[in-house]
Amino acid sequence: MKETLRKLDFLLLPLLGAAVITGLWYFSSATWAGDLPNPTKTWTESKPYVLDPFGKRGEMDQGILRFTWLSLILVAKGYSIALILGTPIGFFLGLSKTFTKAFDPIIQILRPVSPLAWLPLGMVFFAKVKGVNISEMAALFTIALCSMWPTVLNTAVGVRAIPTDYMNVARVLKLSRWKTLTKVMIPATLPYMFTGFRLSLGIAWLVIVAAEMLTGRPGVGGFLWQQYNALVYEQIILCILTIGLVGFVLDRLMSVVERRFKTA
Amino acid sequence: MNDYLEIFNLKKVYPSAKGPQTIVQGFNLKLRKGEFVTVIGHSGCGKSTVLMMVAGLSTITDGGIVLAGKELDGPGPDRGIVFQSPSLLPWMTAKENVMLGIEQVFFTAEKAEREQIAEYYLTVVGLADSMHKKPGELSQGMRQRVGIARAFALKPKMLLLDEPFGMLDSLTRYELQAVLLELWRKNKITAMMVTHDVDEALYLSDRIVCMTDGPEAGIGEIIEVNFPRPRDRKAVMEHPDYYQLRARLIEFLEVHAHKKKPAALAPVSATAVAITA
Ligand SMILES: Nc1ncnc2c1ncn2[C@@H]1O[C@H](COP(=O)(O)OP(=O)(O)OP(=O)(O)O)[C@@H](O)[C@H]1O
Ligand SMILES: [Mg+2]
Repeated sequence: MKETLRKLDFLLLPLLGAAVITGLWYFSSATWAGDLPNPTKTWTESKPYVLDPFGKRGEMDQGILRFTWLSLILVAKGYSIALILGTPIGFFLGLSKTFTKAFDPIIQILRPVSPLAWLPLGMVFFAKVKGVNISEMAALFTIALCSMWPTVLNTAVGVRAIPTDYMNVARVLKLSRWKTLTKVMIPATLPYMFTGFRLSLGIAWLVIVAAEMLTGRPGVGGFLWQQYNALVYEQIILCILTIGLVGFVLDRLMSVVERRFKTA
Repeated sequence: MNDYLEIFNLKKVYPSAKGPQTIVQGFNLKLRKGEFVTVIGHSGCGKSTVLMMVAGLSTITDGGIVLAGKELDGPGPDRGIVFQSPSLLPWMTAKENVMLGIEQVFFTAEKAEREQIAEYYLTVVGLADSMHKKPGELSQGMRQRVGIARAFALKPKMLLLDEPFGMLDSLTRYELQAVLLELWRKNKITAMMVTHDVDEALYLSDRIVCMTDGPEAGIGEIIEVNFPRPRDRKAVMEHPDYYQLRARLIEFLEVHAHKKKPAALAPVSATAVAITA
């Protein structure tokens, strides 16, 4: 009996944890947090968004997966910009001491700045640019800028960690700069790069909510903020759970990719 | 005899915490074409330093190195290098590792021809069945075989080996020594090899260069090894001169390598101080 229970640990313990949290939730909404909808109410009010996940009743009234999809597209765009800019910057930092001395201090200062601080600057940046969607540009600017740093820093560390032996192979064979880069340096740095990519994706997803909230774009974050302003609290929790779940799945996917490159 | 590799007055100074330190000084050596020369000496005396300078991977403080009539300047694929760790690129298969160099050196050849060269040398070193494996899937000895194939495949002017078999068990070591000797004989390549192993030096070399201890290490003695070629390990060991030469080498390492400086006594006086204090 004890043995079978231990084997089910992986299932029973998480369920137990969830039950404890749900209990606290019930308790809180029944006592001191009067405005907090209890789990049952949350579920009944969220049902339309969950059971018709791709429905669209209005710009700011769509199924939860449809919102998620919109958020994911925005994140994908911002994240791509982060990787496209961040990887080369990381390479330059790793390769050149001068470049590092020039830019490392400013990177260290910009890195901890919150997305909430970048977003208004993004709006200002693109305010006078013709033919662009200002709020989208500002959101992309913020996502890219905030999520870039792990890619930049990990790539730089990876480049600095390329074993001298590998570089000597390139020197002895007199490989061209291009071949040295593609055949030796990039493959040697890949494991570090992918660690950076995974961390960057986590941040990009974290930033999306802030970006959508402040720009009022449709998406999980925008929906959450709108419902809060409309005093409808049930769906806030739905949004939080969705954001958490999607973030978790993205991280798992990236770590599978990361592991693939670790062994290579 | 016309000399193929000429090392003149080679000097190496490394910066250290206590100021510049002269590791190697006044190192003069000439190798004939096709000669196999090993360098032995105590650990840390500067054997690898000399070899790295010939390879062009370490800068020369003073002096010069001439290979086939041309002064060396930096590394190049005309010198095949095999180090203690084979430094294969782990994301490439054995064959791709060999191909990387072949593509650089024989860039005018057809692709099929280049592949043939790679496959030929990998087969010669006994890796016909494993050439599509990555270094991570190969044993230490197999990796070193790839390293040897890679060096020979480039048809280099000379071969530089730094304790290539140092990390292998003795059976594999014997096997690879034979493989190396056979390839060397067939390709008539000039070779310079660093080793700690006196028997290995006797089995492989035409001459053995004994280095004195550093700092300011140089050449203490050069011993000619005239066993008939092609060599057979058993015949070499049963040769009447074998034990005499072996004894001479060991005596050099035990006695003469230190004689340049009294520093060998330093640890003794240090303990004496420790005891009195
Ligand atoms: N990059 C470096 N900077 C400073 N000192 C160095 C450097 N490389 C080697 N040395 C010093 O030079 C000396 C000779 O080193 P080297 O590696 O040539 O010795 P070795 O004869 O090959 O020894 P071993 O038999 O252990 O391989 C050592 O005292 C070492 O500390
Ligand atoms: Mg050495």
